[in-house]
Amino acid sequence: MNRSHVALAALLALLLVLPALLDRYLLSVMILILYFAFVGQAWNVMMGFCGQLSLGHALFVGLGAYTAAALYQHYGIVPWLGMLAAIAVCVAAASFMGWLAFRFGIGGTYFALLTIAFAEFTRIGFEHFGWVGGSGGFFIKVTQQDHVDLFNLRGHPALFYYFALALAVLGFAVSAWLLRGRLGFYFRAIRDNEEAARAAGVDVLRYKLYAVQISGALTALAGVFFAFYYNNLFPEQIFHISRSIEIILAPIIGGIGTLFGPVLGAAVLTALSEGINQLLTMSGYEVPGVKQILYGVALGLAIMFMPGGIWPVIARRLGFQRRDAGGGDDAG
Amino acid sequence: MPVDAIANIVLSGLLTGLVYGLMALGLSVIYGVVRIVNFAHGELMAVAMYAAVFAFALAGIDPLWLLVPMALAFFAVGYALQRVLINPFIRRPEHAQFILLLALALVIVNALLVAFGPDARAVQVDYALDSYEIGPLLVDKVRVICAAVALLACAVLFAIFRYTSFGKAIRACADNLLGAQVVGLNVKHLYALTFGLGVACVGVAGCLLSLLVDVTPGLGPAYTLLAFVIVIIGGLGSMVGALAGGVLIGVSESVAGLLFTPSAKSMLSFALLILVLAFRPQGLFKAR
Repeated sequence: MNRSHVALAALLALLLVLPALLDRYLLSVMILILYFAFVGQAWNVMMGFCGQLSLGHALFVGLGAYTAAALYQHYGIVPWLGMLAAIAVCVAAASFMGWLAFRFGIGGTYFALLTIAFAEFTRIGFEHFGWVGGSGGFFIKVTQQDHVDLFNLRGHPALFYYFALALAVLGFAVSAWLLRGRLGFYFRAIRDNEEAARAAGVDVLRYKLYAVQISGALTALAGVFFAFYYNNLFPEQIFHISRSIEIILAPIIGGIGTLFGPVLGAAVLTALSEGINQLLTMSGYEVPGVKQILYGVALGLAIMFMPGGIWPVIARRLGFQRRDAGGGDDAG
Repeated sequence: MPVDAIANIVLSGLLTGLVYGLMALGLSVIYGVVRIVNFAHGELMAVAMYAAVFAFALAGIDPLWLLVPMALAFFAVGYALQRVLINPFIRRPEHAQFILLLALALVIVNALLVAFGPDARAVQVDYALDSYEIGPLLVDKVRVICAAVALLACAVLFAIFRYTSFGKAIRACADNLLGAQVVGLNVKHLYALTFGLGVACVGVAGCLLSLLVDVTPGLGPAYTLLAFVIVIIGGLGSMVGALAGGVLIGVSESVAGLLFTPSAKSMLSFALLILVLAFRPQGLFKAR
């Protein structure tokens, strides 16, 4: 038990009692933070640990969301089983995309563009996919909010808060486990120097595929959450490239490759975005796009002046130990 | 479907494709020399399109008269962008460069949205509906002019790289950066010139496209993606490939609009991109 463990346990305890203290609005903000922390963590497995830049992660959110939602709505299959199907679909998509790219050693720029291409291809495909409503959208039946039905994931926002918290904890735990274990060392070896990793006997193709698959599987769960929390899915929204960018903001601003970066980034960005919303509402200047401009500026400034993200800076201040020089800070 | 109708559609796709090719050429030139993927490519073009639309709406200036001033202005913008914003990122990892330009793109597209709203705007020149009749073919006059100008602009760019001394210097930077530095070339300046040339292509292409399509802020990201698709199909960094890729995508888009619903047309482009990346990742027109 060191300082960071204590801090982490205290944070978790606070998060567990939080719904009792917050009103509906703040609860919805917390849900957003946990959601972005989780998808950020999922993306970070691929980019932060293994060095494979995905700019199309909305693909996995959308596929996961549509799979679980369609199974529930068409066949009444409960979301807990739908989740498994969503994971299967996303792992299949991740494997196909990864295999296609890594087989020929497509990396860097080309790989990032390939991920965009897959997401866009799928977006347009779903817009013409009548079984799930096409571009008209797909809707999950809404029920009484005060009746909590854990089995079907229907009910009060607090239910979704705990669902999101569980996901965030899962993402954190998977990342922590990856950073400690052999798999994570292989990932980081590939990230830092692919040729050296290959020379040292790491099966580069296989471990890159694992990274994409793990990331895709986690993101599938985020999609299931998205579907059942918002109850409506539009291809134009869920697969759109701006969604993919939203996903990567938190880990980049928080600190790529770190364990706590995505969480911190999600908290900072969501608070910033909600604060901007409030300010704009109060000033009566609600023009679409203003928020995104500020996002763009924040992103640009972050990458210019804090290339490692916020977390490494704070972690050093707080005196949490650094585990490895590659930026993999450890908070737990 | 009668043959001449199909021929018409293919021809119109080919002509539009040449304009796409000019846009993609800018991206390809920048990547080929500076090794930076300009994620704000389409967004910069949307700026040019808005400039053309407003010059027409406010002062009645035909976008074709704007070609040279726009090319010069965008050259300056590109030069400044590279010097101020991008040069410090030359040695940074790829994802950092991506994110910087992504941030720039986000700011541009949303600034357009805030300034001009989401409504589509168009340039209505008085020759917009004229067409030429060549045998059984019926070709839009505007499209022919745009394609001809795009070809001319490409030729000018080729000539700059081939025959001017700074074009030669830029090619030296692309071929052997260390060697270029050793013989005393000012690489920062040359990189900025290249970025300027690439962005000037976008300025010209934007003027031309303002005659062919209605402008919305959302065109920015859409054209960025289109430019990526084109240069990857043609081969990133290859000039001929960009032009040929543009024509290929222009034709495939118009044929797809014929075969499927028009809204699904870019699906074919992305499918082509995935196929090319899967089987010929270096692009169709580039040696491995």
